[in-house]
Amino acid sequence: MIEIEHVAKVYQGRRVVDDLSLTIPDGALCVLLGPSGCGKSTTLRMINRLIPFDAGEIRVGGEDIRRVPPEELRRRIGYAIQSTGLFPHWRVEDNIATVPRLLGWSQQRMRDRVTELLELFRLDPETYRHKYPHQLSGGEQQRVGVARALAADPAVLLMDEPFAAVDPIVRDALQGEIARIHRATGKTIVFVTHDIDEALRLATVIAIMERGRLAQSGVPLEIVENPASEFVREFVGREAAGLKSLALRKVSERLQPGDGAAGEPIEAAASLRDALAAMTARRTDRLPVVDAAGNPAGVITLADLVR
Amino acid sequence: MSAPRLLKAPLLWTAALFIALLFGMPALAPVFRWGFPQVQPPVFSRGSFLELFLSHAGMVLAGSVAATAAGIALAVFATRPAGRDFRALIDTLATVGQTFPPAAVLALAVPALGFGPEPTIVALFLYGLLPILGNAIAGLEAVPAAVLDAAEGMGLSAWQRLRDIELPLAAPVILAGIRVSVTIAIGTAAIGSTVGALTLGTPIFDGLAGNKLPFVIQGAVLTALFAIVTDLAFAALQRRLQPPGAAPAPA
Repeated sequence: MIEIEHVAKVYQGRRVVDDLSLTIPDGALCVLLGPSGCGKSTTLRMINRLIPFDAGEIRVGGEDIRRVPPEELRRRIGYAIQSTGLFPHWRVEDNIATVPRLLGWSQQRMRDRVTELLELFRLDPETYRHKYPHQLSGGEQQRVGVARALAADPAVLLMDEPFAAVDPIVRDALQGEIARIHRATGKTIVFVTHDIDEALRLATVIAIMERGRLAQSGVPLEIVENPASEFVREFVGREAAGLKSLALRKVSERLQPGDGAAGEPIEAAASLRDALAAMTARRTDRLPVVDAAGNPAGVITLADLVR
Repeated sequence: MSAPRLLKAPLLWTAALFIALLFGMPALAPVFRWGFPQVQPPVFSRGSFLELFLSHAGMVLAGSVAATAAGIALAVFATRPAGRDFRALIDTLATVGQTFPPAAVLALAVPALGFGPEPTIVALFLYGLLPILGNAIAGLEAVPAAVLDAAEGMGLSAWQRLRDIELPLAAPVILAGIRVSVTIAIGTAAIGSTVGALTLGTPIFDGLAGNKLPFVIQGAVLTALFAIVTDLAFAALQRRLQPPGAAPAPA
């Protein structure tokens, strides 16, 4: 659990973070979201003491971070950044084993951990462990960067716009991997982005920031459907927010009993946006719905989407 | 090694030529006697060329090692948060050291240090400092900010970041600075003969004073070859030490 209480940071007379309070429960994937300059990166970097704060308190796992020596704190918290920051003169395996080496792990344990992490990111260990960063594609570099952040199995992982610099297709794949790894490991992840769609896709909790203050925090659906202020409404995208909320809701929430529809069925676990896309593509206003086992579960109509 | 490949390895044959002339110059006496019949003896004989070279190389080594140590130390200091304010001052001092003509440095150092190798070593140190300092600062500043941010964020201490990340990544640029510095020092050291240091420049100044052109040629050729061989040796070292993934050092 990460508890941020009344934290403030003044930089050249400007309050870049202003009385910010936020509690991130264990196992959450909390996205700090906002336009550039809103203080989201500053907040992230205060959690591992890269930036000192002027007021308030931050606790990680119940412990006041100012009572832990900064180097020791950082070795317990994973850190991944936009341009990866991979050490260009070290091989992939040495990059990944950075923190384990600082912690004095044995060679064998480091080697096994590198193998495990490369497999987790679906990179063949024997092909990749001896490569240098410049021999990797952008997406591979970013995977290695996140693998490095996870190397010493930290309970908390900080990610500062990790996918902002890769192309949309690679970003989509990487987002899928982070969601998978979050589910598989149960890490507490704090993820900074300015991309609302990335936030809605990954987050279990979203904290929207505006000029150093917390504008709203909550689960993605709540942010989209009940924006707390004009700023949040604007950021979520006004009319487009309707589409975003369709993406967050499942067919199973709106389906009706019956079997009055023909054609290719849609799964109950699919999103309402997928249902809308299927209707548009097939020029129909109703789709048959099946459950995960493929048994008929009912019907969804265009009217159900806007109910 | 076949002949064409030998020609492509200039370090090998220039080094071989240098060593051959260092030991075999007296054997060329008939050539010089034929070219300059009025000069006696035809080959510089106040000391052996090996002796001159070892003395010359020793001074270059002393001056360059000191300049390298001081240059890197000052560059590290100037690129730390605590040293940033001194950056301009350090730049100025090193530039002033470079601006003084070597003859002036020697003339000023003689009253303090006396005749002999010491004033030459001081001049070599002052002269050699700027290229090393300038390159070391440039090399350390060229380390990508994201790399340093990641290193700090993962818990490397300031010393670990310097030792494991910054210096290895800056090494090719620093080495390029040392190469320039040492090559300049070899030429500058020859001037040390004017204040009593024994160098490959000694035959040049003896020859100029006594109107003995063969001595000038012998000293000048050996000094030039010494500088060329050293420069090529540094180039080979730079290619070998080029770390994978780092930007290639300027030639």
